[in-house]
Amino acid sequence: MNTQNLMLIDPHIHMTSRTTDDYARMRQAGIVAIIEPAFWLGQPRTEPGSFKDYFSSLVGWERFRASQFGIKHYCTIGLNSKEANNEPLAEQVMELLPLFVCKEGVVGVGEIGYDDQTPIEDKYFRAQLELAKEVNLPVQVHTPHRDKKAGTIKSMEVCLEHGIAPDMVVIDHNNEETVKDVLDRGFWAAFTIYPNSKMGNERMVEIVKQYGSERIIVNSSADWGVSDPLSVPKTASLMLERGISLEDVRKVCYQNALDSFGKSGQMHESDWLQGSQVDQREKFSDNSVLRGGQTPVVGDVTTDGTLESNIVR
Amino acid sequence: MYQADIYATKTFLKELLERSTTTQGQEWLTKKMELIDAEGATPKDLYLAFSAAPRFVGREPLHLSQHEIEMANLIRPGFNPSRWNAAQTARTLLILSQPYQDGEAFRDTIETLFNTADMGELVALYAALPLLPHPELFRSRAAEGFRTNMGDVFEAVALDNPYPADYMHEDAWNNMVLKTLFVGKPVFRIYGIEKRSNAKLARILSDYAHERWAAGRPVSPELWRPVGPFIDEAILEDIKKLFSQPNELEQEAAALACAESSCTPARELLNAHPQLKSRVENGEISWSLIGDKALAAN
Repeated sequence: MNTQNLMLIDPHIHMTSRTTDDYARMRQAGIVAIIEPAFWLGQPRTEPGSFKDYFSSLVGWERFRASQFGIKHYCTIGLNSKEANNEPLAEQVMELLPLFVCKEGVVGVGEIGYDDQTPIEDKYFRAQLELAKEVNLPVQVHTPHRDKKAGTIKSMEVCLEHGIAPDMVVIDHNNEETVKDVLDRGFWAAFTIYPNSKMGNERMVEIVKQYGSERIIVNSSADWGVSDPLSVPKTASLMLERGISLEDVRKVCYQNALDSFGKSGQMHESDWLQGSQVDQREKFSDNSVLRGGQTPVVGDVTTDGTLESNIVR
Repeated sequence: MYQADIYATKTFLKELLERSTTTQGQEWLTKKMELIDAEGATPKDLYLAFSAAPRFVGREPLHLSQHEIEMANLIRPGFNPSRWNAAQTARTLLILSQPYQDGEAFRDTIETLFNTADMGELVALYAALPLLPHPELFRSRAAEGFRTNMGDVFEAVALDNPYPADYMHEDAWNNMVLKTLFVGKPVFRIYGIEKRSNAKLARILSDYAHERWAAGRPVSPELWRPVGPFIDEAILEDIKKLFSQPNELEQEAAALACAESSCTPARELLNAHPQLKSRVENGEISWSLIGDKALAAN
């Protein structure tokens, strides 16, 4: 795998469910910054306190843990569509959101949108769009797995109905069927390289060849499922191998993520250009990422880009 | 109910902030303060403004003059915002704009902010404790602050903050002083250290010094500051040991501790070191000088 030493951003990855080894390998592969959208945990939460602690970990421990490997961590905060269906709980989570959406490093309201496309999902999607508008933050939209094309179009229409500009909205998990609609309407089109279910990176190469690099963003959505935190570097490498220009790869694997979520005012290139030093002697609430006997790394992180295979089908 | 006149405090802080933020920053803050104070305000108005403050007013340090430090002390004895920044000041103004007649409701709002705060917010909240109405409702919160291992947060509650000296129960106070030494922070920045010294603390600190000595680790000369007035037979042995240490700061600390003791053997011990004694009497040795030097040596 060779990314020609490009700096890369993974703007959608759920690090809470990944290990520190992943962070080390991601940095090795050139990832300098990531965005962690608030997500569900594979099983529904039953108490607002679970959401509160989860949101706190996104702006607290997880930022610290990433910093220990030379990666800048940002997040988006929101009530996901699946859990929006528990209305009494959703009401309480909505009351928590104003406590988090303006915190340092929060670059958007997300990931929100539709799953089953129920009226309750619609209610909380709209309420969160209003919140995003109030605090002038980008929105990160999760498009549904089922009835995807209709759900994607509906998501965009609802955003417009609430007066949110298309360039403030990243529509996620696109595929060959949705990309044209999203780009034609002026929204950011993000693609998730996720084995077996969403998009493979060979398919991604073809999309960039066909649609170019304007407003197209690549991410991994790596989480607790079968997924790969190196999807962005592997896709970048494959695109270069298949003849896509360095500048186009840089846009879809770095610059577009920065330009879209940078509209939050919370994410600047200088954050990592000036701050990639790590000090693993540091602690957060008395916790370290190290375990007994490990020697802390202090100083600049170096990468040589040597990592294994780069194709996800 | 009050530690400081809230109106006077707000006026003072707003004036300080003027130099460290933009006109737009001030206007944003004024608007938010009015919103939070207005009839029909919702918790959301406070939450959003509280978190968002740095992006509108920035994080410039305040830069207080000596006169302003004295003014702060008049508003609230021991209040010293000389290390505050603009965002922190704005956040303090926002919480002081919250209605406070109902103490329990006020406490619940502030606790909600604490429970979801990030690091910058925690620093602002803890450092604001000496300005809040209903101070007696925040004792357990302050004790929670002493438990943190985030350096800046611990400093905000333990150092340059008069709330602990004025409101914390003795055990919590003692724990805070011990922890300040434990984490290597400067004891001379603990407000009210003399006033709140006590025999139990002296015993705890002596035990701690013994632990350090047994482990072959250095003992901060500042450790002896709250010990002086409580020198007894056991602690006298510690002081003798200090006088025999090669580090001059430790000898100076021994001399100061003896000078603050009313126990005869301690006075005699000081008399046996006439040079140090005269330096103490001339004011050439003080705890803040020792603290400064100890900090510089670290």
